[in-house]
Amino acid sequence: MRRITVKLFAHLRQGRFVSRDMDIAPETTVARIVEQLGINQDEVGVTMINSRHCSPDAVPGEGDTLAIFPLVGGG
Amino acid sequence: MSDRIFRVNMSDLSVKLEECPSQWAGLGGRGLTSSIVASEVDPCCHALGPSNKLVFAPGLLSGTVAANSGRLSCGAKSPLTGTIKESNAGGTAAQMLARLGCKALVIEGAPAGDRWYSLRVTPDGVIIDTEEELVGRGNYAVAESVRQRLGEKYGVISIGPAGEMKMAVANISVKDPDGRLRSHGRGGLGAVMGSKGVKFIAIEPTDNTISIADPERFSRASRAFAQALAKHPVTEGLASYGTDILVNIVNEAGALPARNFTLGQFEGHDSISGETMHERIKERGGKVRHGCHKGCVIQCSQVYNDKQGRYLTSGFEYESIWAMGADCCVDDLDIIAEADHLMDDIGIDTIETSVAIGVAMEAGILDFGDGREALRILREEVAKGTPFGRIIGGGAAVTGKAFGVTRVPVVKNQAIPAYDPRAVKGIGITYATSTMGADHTAGYTIATNILNCGGHVDPLSKEGQVELSRNLQIATAAVDSTGMCIFTAFAILDDETCLPALVDMINARFGTDLAAEDVTSLGARILKTEHDFNMRAGFTAADDRLPEFFALEELPPHNVKWDFTQDEIDSFWDF
Repeated sequence: MRRITVKLFAHLRQGRFVSRDMDIAPETTVARIVEQLGINQDEVGVTMINSRHCSPDAVPGEGDTLAIFPLVGGG
Repeated sequence: MSDRIFRVNMSDLSVKLEECPSQWAGLGGRGLTSSIVASEVDPCCHALGPSNKLVFAPGLLSGTVAANSGRLSCGAKSPLTGTIKESNAGGTAAQMLARLGCKALVIEGAPAGDRWYSLRVTPDGVIIDTEEELVGRGNYAVAESVRQRLGEKYGVISIGPAGEMKMAVANISVKDPDGRLRSHGRGGLGAVMGSKGVKFIAIEPTDNTISIADPERFSRASRAFAQALAKHPVTEGLASYGTDILVNIVNEAGALPARNFTLGQFEGHDSISGETMHERIKERGGKVRHGCHKGCVIQCSQVYNDKQGRYLTSGFEYESIWAMGADCCVDDLDIIAEADHLMDDIGIDTIETSVAIGVAMEAGILDFGDGREALRILREEVAKGTPFGRIIGGGAAVTGKAFGVTRVPVVKNQAIPAYDPRAVKGIGITYATSTMGADHTAGYTIATNILNCGGHVDPLSKEGQVELSRNLQIATAAVDSTGMCIFTAFAILDDETCLPALVDMINARFGTDLAAEDVTSLGARILKTEHDFNMRAGFTAADDRLPEFFALEELPPHNVKWDFTQDEIDSFWDF
């Protein structure tokens, strides 16, 4: 298993959490983690691993931080 | 009723109503303010002298029922940057001016002596009155006084004491539908209004409606446009969390400038985030969503109350919160809200002023994080125009010069806003090349660099950034001419029905036959017009540069520098 930190933002926090450590099986993709959290793929706007944008197919490594955002805008 | 140019000469206190010349007929908003300034203002004039002109213009669709079309453009030569300037704001004024048949309000000349005036815009022209009572008063008092004198429904455009003192950070306030304030924030346009001796402009309410060449087509297009906006996911986030929703994502990306642009992440980001603001507004009985003008379907504004549940501020934006928050290391949202209220009232740009305070912190005048001292400086120095207050009131560049600071985040003397150009390289190109000085709204590459709107371009790579910034700057110049809020751009970037609906509304309003490419070429033409004004004012490619420290100092956490060559930046203008 790999230990990662997952951070959620905006309405994705509702009924879930702000930040939590999770143990995931090696080769688990970002898309799979999103699914495990009960988040609809369409709701996800941006994902970052260690502050770099990543694709749904990316695989977080041991100690990584995965941040999941809905589609947001402003400026 | 045909749209006319309302021209007020403050030198001889005369008013003229002119038919709109045919070459300006297809222009509105920024396209019109920039065209008038470029053709009538000597680029080498003193921005606070009689040769400058202050121009207000509603957008092409302002005053119609088109969703989000109530933005007002204000233009002049900027006393802050020395360049041409357009700054747009919400509030009720754009829709009201448009319904009075006012295509543009041009204020020119300068009055003799120290007298102050008010202007009242009516369907028949403009009435000029002397004003004594409100001289020295803040924008909130002006809005309230005009309400008492003339009634609730009058529109109000005003300056605070900073505009009267002709500070380069001075903004222009516009009353919103609830009597709160919105601002033409950037570029010191409040000082230009002050130099014309105009304390406020009241706009008479009217029952007139805008004439539409093809009402049925308009209504079809307007429905499609509103639907595209309403269903875009960004709209939902903005309505719940405001623009402050950006604090956490920009921080996570390592691009939130903190401690006067020495860090890319702010330790206190959570306490100033949109999520925290949302909870606090709900607890205190404020309003999570609020529109700055009638017909807004995005509702990114809000009403933020203090601990006692009393109104503190509204239109509490990400940029303002970042500038007094992360940049000055103040992690108390209540102090930032109080500063926001004060700055609106004094009539100063929250970005320019707070970045100047950050530079003063760097100089050791006050400590990073000392929000109470920042409030005191606003209240007792800037609002009163003490010598130190006037240094801050001169903006970030003046403050840096006064105190010998080398890390001064400005382009063309205008403070760099809430995204570090080392960690979001596209926005760096926009800061460098914008005709307005450092301005994120001029070509908001954050959409594509960070937010995955309109695709994704890696923020840390140089690849594709010049082209991205160019395309967005051209599109933005066009959108800024329609009266549309810039946040419609998210839907325009992502939803293929949105732009055709916008173009269709313009065609139905004026009986024209424009295609999407015509709108793009309009944007390109506006940029060239503005750029040409700046060249005639003495600017060269050497001014399209970021401050040296961005190339010398690495920004954590990505440890990146600004690394574009001069030729790469200059290729922006190859169109």
